[in-house]
Amino acid sequence: MVTFERFTLSNGLKVLVHEDHTTPMAVVNILYDVGARDENPGKTGFAHLFEHLMFGGSVNIPSYDEPLQRVGGENNAFTSNDITNYYITLPASNLETAFWLESDRMLSLAFSEKSLDVQRNVVSEEFKQRYLNQPYGDVWLKLRPLAYKEHSYRWATIGKELSHIEQASMEDVKAFFTRYYNPSNAVMVVGGDVKADEVHVLAEKWFGSIPAAEKPVRNIPQEPAQTEARKETIHADVPLNAIYIAFHMPDRNDSGYYETDLISDILSRGNSSRLFVSLIKNQKLFSEVNAYVTGSIDPGLFIIEGQIVDGVAVEDAEQAIWNELEKLKTERVPAEELTKVKNKIESTMVFAQMGLLDKAMNLAFFELLGDAGDLNSETERYLRVSAEDILKRAGSIFRRENSSTLLYLSNK
Amino acid sequence: MIDRTLAPAFRQVENINIIKAAPFVLDNGIPVHVINGGQQDLVRIELVFNNVNWNVQKPLQAFAVNSLIAEGTSSSSAFQIAEKIDYYGAFLQNDYNYDASLVTLYTLSKHLDNVLPVLKEIVTDAVFPEEELETFKRNQKQKLLVNLEKNDFLCRRVFNNTLFGDTLYGYSSEAEDYNKVSRDELVEYFHLAYQPENCTIIVSGKVDDTILSLINKHLGRNWDKSLKAAHNVFSFPVKPGGFHYVEKPEALQSAIRVGQISVNRSHPDFPALQVLNTVLGGYFGSRLMANIREEKGYTYGIGSALVSLQHAGYFFIASEVGADVCSATMAEIEKEVNLLKTELIPEDELQLVKNYMLGSFLGSLENAFSHADKYKNILFSGLDYDYYDRYVKTVKEISAGTLLELARFYLDFDAFNKVVVGKK
Repeated sequence: MVTFERFTLSNGLKVLVHEDHTTPMAVVNILYDVGARDENPGKTGFAHLFEHLMFGGSVNIPSYDEPLQRVGGENNAFTSNDITNYYITLPASNLETAFWLESDRMLSLAFSEKSLDVQRNVVSEEFKQRYLNQPYGDVWLKLRPLAYKEHSYRWATIGKELSHIEQASMEDVKAFFTRYYNPSNAVMVVGGDVKADEVHVLAEKWFGSIPAAEKPVRNIPQEPAQTEARKETIHADVPLNAIYIAFHMPDRNDSGYYETDLISDILSRGNSSRLFVSLIKNQKLFSEVNAYVTGSIDPGLFIIEGQIVDGVAVEDAEQAIWNELEKLKTERVPAEELTKVKNKIESTMVFAQMGLLDKAMNLAFFELLGDAGDLNSETERYLRVSAEDILKRAGSIFRRENSSTLLYLSNK
Repeated sequence: MIDRTLAPAFRQVENINIIKAAPFVLDNGIPVHVINGGQQDLVRIELVFNNVNWNVQKPLQAFAVNSLIAEGTSSSSAFQIAEKIDYYGAFLQNDYNYDASLVTLYTLSKHLDNVLPVLKEIVTDAVFPEEELETFKRNQKQKLLVNLEKNDFLCRRVFNNTLFGDTLYGYSSEAEDYNKVSRDELVEYFHLAYQPENCTIIVSGKVDDTILSLINKHLGRNWDKSLKAAHNVFSFPVKPGGFHYVEKPEALQSAIRVGQISVNRSHPDFPALQVLNTVLGGYFGSRLMANIREEKGYTYGIGSALVSLQHAGYFFIASEVGADVCSATMAEIEKEVNLLKTELIPEDELQLVKNYMLGSFLGSLENAFSHADKYKNILFSGLDYDYYDRYVKTVKEISAGTLLELARFYLDFDAFNKVVVGKK
């Protein structure tokens, strides 16, 4: 059980407080409701580039990192297709420093040309390091546009191409800040060795005077139902053939999400899972295989990916995956197997409560989804799923016409 | 109106409370170290076996045993073992590092009595079925092929081999080494290394007497002392510096790794060197990050570290940088290393680093597992909790003058071993 209190400032900033006095630390997690899905198709990668610029100094404080490190704090951030999330961990006695820093950059950035120049380079190097200079590194740059034709999930958070990042202008930066970085578009979670009433006072003091602005309205074209199987083959200088299959699946708030997530566990969680046992151990077709969900706020993807054993025909490997999916569509999951994946969910949730930052991030994300309190009924939602639900869900997802297959083949 | 240009008052970290390990001994003599903390009803049980009998003719012997430990016993198949663990929502993890082989069980306490027999079974009765061994070889060779395409992997491998040669710390395994692994050598190693005599157990989480007696019931009985195996002992002379270049004509980025043999945690200078390392490349605001990422934009990240192994320590700086700025980066690294030897670290910067390190240390004690990890650091370095008192005292009190002397004594860019994979 993750307990919390919640209040909203008059400018619309939502604040949640999770007291945990077993630690001497505090965390401040601020989630902004903006991600790569909100980008213009001609300026992709921008939400993530912007995240880097948030560390380039704010209107009254020339350096963000330095004063935080001086009080023993650490910070980082990430951008996804849905959100941009910033977090600080610091000794609880120095909590106010985090409020000072975060409120100033919500108020306004310094908009330094130098920072923009440098971060364009840094992000270009990140693009190369993670996506271009790694074997199979560009898979998501290929798979997203194959699976999504209309929705802005069709590009990755790093962006479609390096040139979009290289062309980002200060004008773009300012417009993005004005539109998305305002109190009504953020959720702040303060956790750890803190007191709710003290957090309330600090929040009013530092964030209360930030001008309100309208919460931006999202108008993203939803992805039309896919009607035929898609397939793309790429040849690259990689040592092994690999296969990636993406299926459209329900959004994060849909009960179908839980069914689908359990299906991914049945298929590939742990060494007794179906794909592991059947495809790696018994049939010896793959050296690695994995099934997982993207868990995105708009309807997401169910992914199966695997590296194929040298000498095995790609068609045979692909067919073997489908055979496992057919089984899920036609045979009810045995009770024992369903209990097994549910037990794993239950224990994972308990282990997750050992991490303060994890709890804070989860509260922020669930608040964005609708209600932070839902974090505490998450296990329950998984436990409610029946074998019948799984059978039906598998039937609706694992259809050829709902699939996008990427064959990533070795040139050798 | 508040003045937003003024930073709020703050305090340096004062009290750091480490949950100390309590000793316990199983009936068969295995020492158990208990770190009791937290509210969740769960435990982590780590069985730590020293690596023994290093033999360069069988370089993968210990690694393969650890990897295949849960892949079959005389009474259960790999699937049956995995299914039992998964059914109870537990996690079984094997880790092989430079000094030890670990088998770790994570479980909710309510299922402990059900999963401990599985743990016992695999560490006492693993049989390494031929078919599982073949699967292991096939998959590992494929993994190696993919890794060899990664510049940073290749770079680390060349670097470690340069420093540590064909010992366990430096050996670069090839596909051929996997082909040579035989079931017999696994069985042989298993019987030598996975013995009570060679085992230490660390239990962390919410640990009470019931949990300890369950552990004793399953792991403390019917598993007896055996012959002592020869612990690995290595000693490493500091190698003369050299430059190693692996060209990758298509590379967009080059991986860089430079460094040298250094001292490990058991050396009195280790905490002070950690301060020096932090200034140079041990945190986001470090000199290397400030210069090479935040000023020049050459890289997504650059860092340095001081690594403590049981028989050696080493220091390194590593990054992946744009191929066109590789030599410029190398020049900046040299400049930053030399600056530490010629100029005192400004008081303001040193104070920041001290505060950062204390906060970071406090933050690294998040839960019972992290307290246990802190204990493992000292236990396996032959130290006691005084080490952390000394660490904190050193961080608080060390002067710029002492750091300058340390830099002059320990850091010599010309003597570093330098590896570049990509383009120069």
